[in-house]
Amino acid sequence: MNPTELANQASETAQRALALAEQARLAALQGAAHLEPVAQAASPFLYLLTIFLMACFVGYYVVWNVTPALHSPLMGVTNAISSVIVVGAILAAGTAESGLAIFFGFLAVTLASVNIFGGFLVTRRMLAMFQSKKKA
Amino acid sequence: MATFQTLAYLVASVLFILALRGLSHPETSRQGNQFGMVGMAIAIIATLLTPGMHGWGIVLILAGLAIGGSAGAVLASRIQMTALPQLVAAFHSLVGMAAVFVAAAAFYSPQSFGIGTPGHIHGASLVEMSLGLAIGAVTFSGSVIAFLKLDGRMSGAPIIFRGQHMLNAALGALLVLLVIAFVATGSAWLFWLIAILSFALGFLLIVPIGGADMPVVVSMLNSYSGWAAAGIGFTIGNLLLIVTGSLVGASGAILSYIMCKGMNRSIINVLLGGFGTDGGAAVAGPGAADRAPVKAGSPEDAAFIMKNAQKIIVVPGYGMAVAQAQQVLREMADLLKKEGAEVSYAIHPVAGRMPGHMNVLLAEANVPYDEVKELEEINPEFADADVAYVIGANDVTNPAAKTDKTSAIYGMPILDVERAKTVFFVKRGMASGYAGVDNELFFRPNTMMLFGDAKKVTQEIVQALQR
Repeated sequence: MNPTELANQASETAQRALALAEQARLAALQGAAHLEPVAQAASPFLYLLTIFLMACFVGYYVVWNVTPALHSPLMGVTNAISSVIVVGAILAAGTAESGLAIFFGFLAVTLASVNIFGGFLVTRRMLAMFQSKKKA
Repeated sequence: MATFQTLAYLVASVLFILALRGLSHPETSRQGNQFGMVGMAIAIIATLLTPGMHGWGIVLILAGLAIGGSAGAVLASRIQMTALPQLVAAFHSLVGMAAVFVAAAAFYSPQSFGIGTPGHIHGASLVEMSLGLAIGAVTFSGSVIAFLKLDGRMSGAPIIFRGQHMLNAALGALLVLLVIAFVATGSAWLFWLIAILSFALGFLLIVPIGGADMPVVVSMLNSYSGWAAAGIGFTIGNLLLIVTGSLVGASGAILSYIMCKGMNRSIINVLLGGFGTDGGAAVAGPGAADRAPVKAGSPEDAAFIMKNAQKIIVVPGYGMAVAQAQQVLREMADLLKKEGAEVSYAIHPVAGRMPGHMNVLLAEANVPYDEVKELEEINPEFADADVAYVIGANDVTNPAAKTDKTSAIYGMPILDVERAKTVFFVKRGMASGYAGVDNELFFRPNTMMLFGDAKKVTQEIVQALQR
């Protein structure tokens, strides 16, 4: 088995693990409803930690599979998707009671949006330039 | 509604994974980027549908998306490809600052995220909040310094002062104490003190790192921006933020590792900074003075030799980017291909100012990506090459990395240009490379120096070839 195949399989396995972790999370959610408040406080952190570690493994295998020629676009894409922090910003700006929190949420939405649009578009520009011999 | 949202976040996470997956080959990469965009759109829409959104809150959010989005779109479409590293650094700083703002919003309105009420936030959430806040703040100020250095608004030279590492260690320890106090008391002024201290720490961490180590710094800040997002994800209990943050964090960490390996240095060594500041003259040792004089040639000489060559390997470096010579370089390659020569490009992992920098510049000049090769792939080919055309690169070709145990770059993987029949070095002058090490290749009989600006010299070769 060559390394690419191996990495592919690993990434698939990791994706499945992610799905499993999500199932476990939902199960834990249902379970937690019947538990004591103390247990409730502990279990969410554990499932978040599980998801975190699984995602680190997925990231590890997927990124080793990226061809070195595309390392700059990789930075562009990761930069764009890391602005998914906009989710937290939207929740703050849309549901907060305190004016200060809404203001901070608005600022975060604006900053993250620069990144979302800028990151994906600059990556698209980069990738559009990569042409093979046949097409050039 | 909550189930729908969780499901949407899960779909978005998978799409983000597929986006990275697509980058395993240029053919699939464009689709990958689209997966990323779709994933982001799903995440934003699902979040906007959260029950209990204020109407005017949605207006504010849409305004933020519109303002930020158009600014980002304009930046991305206008930026020159040579300025890509500073753009990426600037983008990293925005993620860092957004993390700081979200942490602040969560602090002032914890009930929005179900982590308590103002003044009574759960202890665990305060720990996670301070982590997200500190990493975000370090990412912000570190990226701002990286941006200023890459953009030439600040000298690329490392800034070193006495007791620097002691100061950083002390600040780090103080930061830990502040976090403990913050978790115990939940006080607002401790929150902002953590932010200020982290800003200072980010600044101090990047200031001593020199220009050519920027590929490591940019990758590392990329990683930090991911960990900041993951930290915020833990704070507000959001699975999508955690998954995406860890993907980005892992990606940046791997890139930093690859860059460090490309220089045979440990990440600690890079972070402690100050590389190449011992002064080139001392390292040059017995070299310069008693060595044979270098052989300098004219572009016409180079054109003549290359016209008769069968196999030519071009070795681009940061100098090519600075001179914007990629376009004219491709014209030269086209002419040589017409003469029947085989032309390929050799890319060292740390060439340029960010990972993959040279590949993007060559792609911009319409060089087909199948002609551009990585170090391991191309190195065996130098032995049958007639010409190695080194343009704007130096240290990455220095054989001292293999032979001279005392050299600052000993152990660094290099491109074996010395095996080619003739080596051309396009260089402004005889100055040593970034590492401050003399390159003995300059003095070899089969080396010809082409002094001048990379673009101008290559242009003159093109003119000579057309004659």
